[in-house]
Amino acid sequence: MTLIERFASVLVWTLAAFTVVFLLTPLAVTVAVSFGSSAVFTLPAPSFSLRWYEAMGRSRDLWPAVATSLQLAVVSTLIALVLGTLAAIGLLRGRFPGRGAAVTFLVSPLMLPGLVLGIAMLEAFRGAGLRSVWASLILAHVVITLPYVVRTVYASLSLFDFTLIDAARILGLSYPKAVVKVMVPSLAPAFVTSGMFAFLASMDNYPISIFFTNAWTKTLPIQMLQYVEESPDPMIAAVSSLLILLAMLVLLVGDRLVGLRRMADL
Amino acid sequence: MTRFARLDPVALLALPAILYLAVVYGVPLAGLLARSFVVDGAFSLSAFVAFFSDGFSWTVIGNTIRIAAGVTLVCLLIGYPTALALARAKGAAQALILVAIILPLSVGVVVKAFAWQIVLRRDGVISQALIFLGIWDEPQRLLFTEAGLVLGAANVFVPFMILPIYSVLKLIDPRLTEAAATLGASPLQRFFTVALPLTLPGLVTGVAFVFSMATSMYVVPSLLIGDRFQTLATLTGRSFLFMRNEQLGSTTAVVLLVLSVAVVVASAALSRRFGGET
Repeated sequence: MTLIERFASVLVWTLAAFTVVFLLTPLAVTVAVSFGSSAVFTLPAPSFSLRWYEAMGRSRDLWPAVATSLQLAVVSTLIALVLGTLAAIGLLRGRFPGRGAAVTFLVSPLMLPGLVLGIAMLEAFRGAGLRSVWASLILAHVVITLPYVVRTVYASLSLFDFTLIDAARILGLSYPKAVVKVMVPSLAPAFVTSGMFAFLASMDNYPISIFFTNAWTKTLPIQMLQYVEESPDPMIAAVSSLLILLAMLVLLVGDRLVGLRRMADL
Repeated sequence: MTRFARLDPVALLALPAILYLAVVYGVPLAGLLARSFVVDGAFSLSAFVAFFSDGFSWTVIGNTIRIAAGVTLVCLLIGYPTALALARAKGAAQALILVAIILPLSVGVVVKAFAWQIVLRRDGVISQALIFLGIWDEPQRLLFTEAGLVLGAANVFVPFMILPIYSVLKLIDPRLTEAAATLGASPLQRFFTVALPLTLPGLVTGVAFVFSMATSMYVVPSLLIGDRFQTLATLTGRSFLFMRNEQLGSTTAVVLLVLSVAVVVASAALSRRFGGET
């Protein structure tokens, strides 16, 4: 190794190590603050305390928001998985004009500013006389979850060898059985990955939900931002720590089922 | 035979999703665009003329682009080496880098922005670290400064820089650089003539992702810099949510939309020129 090579290698690894620390810092700080006794985010905390977790348990606004967000994320992810998988199959196997444009269209909500989508939908829903908070939220969240499913399932399906289904049928399976036994297992990683990211995107969405929630129905990010702006105290750190734990559990399951490396294929 | 007679029945499977997005997303966006050109029931550019002739608008546009460019630059500077390291790492190091990228990606932006409020305080981790390293003499507050905003936003978006670059790096045949070495290329030459050009499509995608997300972020600036500093996205949100000035909000929304679409289209064209698939 020449000197330059060695220097470049040291530089790359130093910057990578810095990035790892940089990326994990906010999460570590959040967890540290949540277990501290200090109300003003002092670090290192003067002493260990669970008082913010107790405060969280007593909170009356928090849990309805958690319930709203969970239901919304589950329902919109399930709808997206069904619509998105059908669309991916149709787009990949079907022959029709404008196929490329259709794929771009289905993935495009991911590339546009959430606020702009939120405003556009707000005005359209209002114009159509749609007043229900729940219906509006679900309609809007499917727009954000659908692209994740279409993108990942389409990519995974383009690697799938469809003659395998024919092979299964020759071996005596009926068409639906052949699909379930052959295609579904090979698409399973795509379902898991895209379902996870769609779920998390819905759980985390702020810029679209803000236009459809009201004083009675709030999603978790909206309730949390309101807390942070009105009464910033480490209770939010306790909530955040639980969300970090949830993300870790989801990733652990994802790693078992799919493997982290495959999940990194955006 | 007409086009429709040849329409493949399998293609119909895509219809529900396309119709759904057309109605719930396509038509509303078209409506937003159309309405921004209508003032008092007639076609008019007056909303845009008013917006672009106001000095404050240009401050806001300048803020948006300056912050987004800063965030993109920071993400590129730390993201590219991290992608290189991830592509070379094995075993535990690789797992650590992957977790450091994917775990924060799975944690909400409100959580991270809130954490950065703590990190950027006068007595926060960064202030303490810089004093420990002897770079600062006394504690300083980074919260509510542009530098703090850039740092916090870069933290949220850097995975979107690393992953596209990594996905291209993974596909590069290591024998290419070996071949270049055999042919007498120096390490720097090998990087600039072999590795860098091959990763350009991923790099362009990453830059476009980060830049367009940084122009349209709303939660991060709300928490890290506050109301005195407006970007196109925060102004759009505030016009609708607090100021009840929907005309201004629609105009800024359209400007923001045009900016993001321009970035996406430009990056797709560039990446195609550099030989990428997208």
